[in-house]
Amino acid sequence: MTKPLHLILIEILQVVIVIAAAPAFLGWVDMLKCWLQGRTSAGIMQPYRNIAKLFVKDVVLADNASWIFRITPYLVFGTAVVVGSVIPIISTNLFLAPSADIIVVIAIFATARFFMALAGMDIGTAFGGMGASREMMIASLTEPAILMAIFTVSLAGRSTSLLHIVQSFSNGALVLRPSIVFAGIAFVLVVIAEAGRVPVDNPSTHLELTMVHEAMILEYSGRHLALIEWGSMIRFFLFVTLGIACFLPWGIASTDDAGSIAASVFFMVIKAAVIGVVVVLIETGLAKMRLFRLTEFLGAAFLLSTLGVIAFFILE
Amino acid sequence: MNGLANALMASFGKDVVADENATPATFTVPAERFADAANILRESYAFLCAEWAADDTNSGRGYSVYACYRAGSEYLIVRAELSRDNPEFPSLVKHFVPAYRFERQIRSLMGVIPSGHPDSRPWIKFEDWPEDAWPLRKSFDAATKMPRLDGQYAWLRAEGEGVYEIPVGPVHAGIIEPGHFRFQAVGETIINLEERLGYVHKGIEKRFESMTWETAVKLAGRVSGDTTVAHSMAYCMALESMTHSDVPVRAKWLRALFLERERIANHIGDIGAICNDAAFAFMIYQCSRLKEVMIANNLKLFGHRFMMDRVIPGGVTVDIDAAAKQEILTELDYLSEQFDVIVRIYEESSSLEDRVRNTGILTSELARELCTVGIVARASGLNVDCRVHNPFPPYDSIGIVSPVLTAGDVHARVWVRVEEIRDSIRLIRRILGQIPHSPIAARCNTPLPETTGFAAVEGWRGEIIYWLACGQKGEINRCMVRDPSSVNWLALEQAIKGNIVPDFPLCNKSFNQSYSGHDL
Repeated sequence: MTKPLHLILIEILQVVIVIAAAPAFLGWVDMLKCWLQGRTSAGIMQPYRNIAKLFVKDVVLADNASWIFRITPYLVFGTAVVVGSVIPIISTNLFLAPSADIIVVIAIFATARFFMALAGMDIGTAFGGMGASREMMIASLTEPAILMAIFTVSLAGRSTSLLHIVQSFSNGALVLRPSIVFAGIAFVLVVIAEAGRVPVDNPSTHLELTMVHEAMILEYSGRHLALIEWGSMIRFFLFVTLGIACFLPWGIASTDDAGSIAASVFFMVIKAAVIGVVVVLIETGLAKMRLFRLTEFLGAAFLLSTLGVIAFFILE
Repeated sequence: MNGLANALMASFGKDVVADENATPATFTVPAERFADAANILRESYAFLCAEWAADDTNSGRGYSVYACYRAGSEYLIVRAELSRDNPEFPSLVKHFVPAYRFERQIRSLMGVIPSGHPDSRPWIKFEDWPEDAWPLRKSFDAATKMPRLDGQYAWLRAEGEGVYEIPVGPVHAGIIEPGHFRFQAVGETIINLEERLGYVHKGIEKRFESMTWETAVKLAGRVSGDTTVAHSMAYCMALESMTHSDVPVRAKWLRALFLERERIANHIGDIGAICNDAAFAFMIYQCSRLKEVMIANNLKLFGHRFMMDRVIPGGVTVDIDAAAKQEILTELDYLSEQFDVIVRIYEESSSLEDRVRNTGILTSELARELCTVGIVARASGLNVDCRVHNPFPPYDSIGIVSPVLTAGDVHARVWVRVEEIRDSIRLIRRILGQIPHSPIAARCNTPLPETTGFAAVEGWRGEIIYWLACGQKGEINRCMVRDPSSVNWLALEQAIKGNIVPDFPLCNKSFNQSYSGHDL
């Protein structure tokens, strides 16, 4: 902590990478999905084009839209950027990282979700309310599960601070610990739900009645929609990097010379690309679950993460 | 064979006037006994196929109301003459549920009143038209510009704690036809669904009356674009039956070839689309690809992707030669091989199975009660298929295997399609192997005044019925079109009850009824 200016530069670099790379990650996932379905893909850059397109369009606002509806896109985008500044992605020497621990990260995400649900109901259309109620139902199931998974990791890392977790894991030998494996699997299940991917939600559906996330944002347009879409992409990407930080932290730089930062960016790209492949395999091989099957799916995630905690106390 | 006719004659005695020369046998009963006839036929296990009214005022009479019934392979029409000043007939709703919408339509479009019908809201016609504007009446000029009114449609309401309403449509997020669905739900569970259709009402039945017999086949081919072959075929067969025209045998075989190709293409597309609604996108891309193979071949061999206007009164317009035969056989080999792979993926995907099984169950009893037809009926245990019960060449000699499943859920409706595709592939191979030589078209006679024609054809959705009446000057006096959707839409409302809201698109797609064919 001797060279704050240096740290601020790394911090800025990381935030820029998060904002800029999140659409590419989604583009990568979509591209792989196309290939696996035997189609020609629109390429990794398509999400950028979508965002650019939405930014040049006019905003169509319902007459009865309140300030909640107007503020939510900025809130969704802003919270995503804040979280992007505290998760150690390219370095553990982050200026802002000590300011928030992992529980705060989850809470910030929950705040964004809360406003999104309010905005969904704000206009008063049936779909917005429906989407909001489904989203909150899912949230009530994912949040305990993700917290338990994170407690397991925190117990193993002896801290709730992401920095300490990453450091203690990176320095330790590569040992397969049952508690971490349980928590890791639970985390994957939860991320699928949090990011609204198949089999929990279908991001590419046009069927209003089946939507969860899309139903809440059905009334958004123009730059509002662009910010929400972009925010969701960042959020998806951040869950992936959070997973990397908690379960695959090897390669994240702990020194702040340019070489190790470059190496950790390289590892981050490789790890994200591999996770993209896993996501696509799940999405292509599975149909969307019936809505009320989600309780079983997320119940399993909670059970696994609880097992992780128990396994930690019994075995370690 | 004519159990229905006998039952009707036995109980009506002198009250019934039979016209056994008409196809199908038509019985005129006194208007006040119109519903009694329905009751008797119901006791003989008849289905109600269609109910419609005709305006005979140009021939110096009043109106007539018709009801077409079917039991096994026997079709029968009951007719009642109504006075010009007070056209009213007893409603059949008490005996046959599908009469519910047929009669609302009759009242809205023809101004003939079904007395005792519980629902006087308009159907097809919207409330922004005056109540007494009856477009199907002869006195109504199709060019009339209507004043727009403000009206309210009285939706069915459900009240109580936690009941909320979800209006969907008529404009949807996907590229599908317009229709309005109003759900009453408690939480996610649907307690009632009310459909509102009519958004694609084009006045097709009225338009028919201003066309000639030869040109009308083009309109029939456009009633529902995805079923163009079956619709134009049903029109042609109805016309041929009323004029007693002979169709060359090769033309009949070619028509069957077109019909089966249409069936395969649409069924494959449907299977993909159903899976896509469960977010199993792999299937829609693969199925669309296979469908495109067929459609592209249609263009190459028959000159139109959907084979529109290839069936004409008296025959067909395109023939196949040895090279075309070979091409179709090669295509079928490719198709059946690829299709088997896709079906295996469908079968082995447990997450998909979890969605399609036990979703949107239409019980056998309901399917029977609602007189459903086609794939919907066959997935719910009803053995109804015009190709089996009223076979015309070549169906009488090539042996149809019509699959019947009993589960009545989304999976059953998918599986009926799978089996039908396989059987249609087999049928096409047999047709190509055995097709006889003859000209492909003959002259179709002109209908005589005051005659009627009728035909039922099994399109890919189900039984399509056309009923034609010739006026006194030899013009088209009435052309009644009954797309399978006219009855099957009712079944969707029932099948969805008790399911959850996000399962509706899946159920709806498994029915995949036509809006255009229903709204006319």
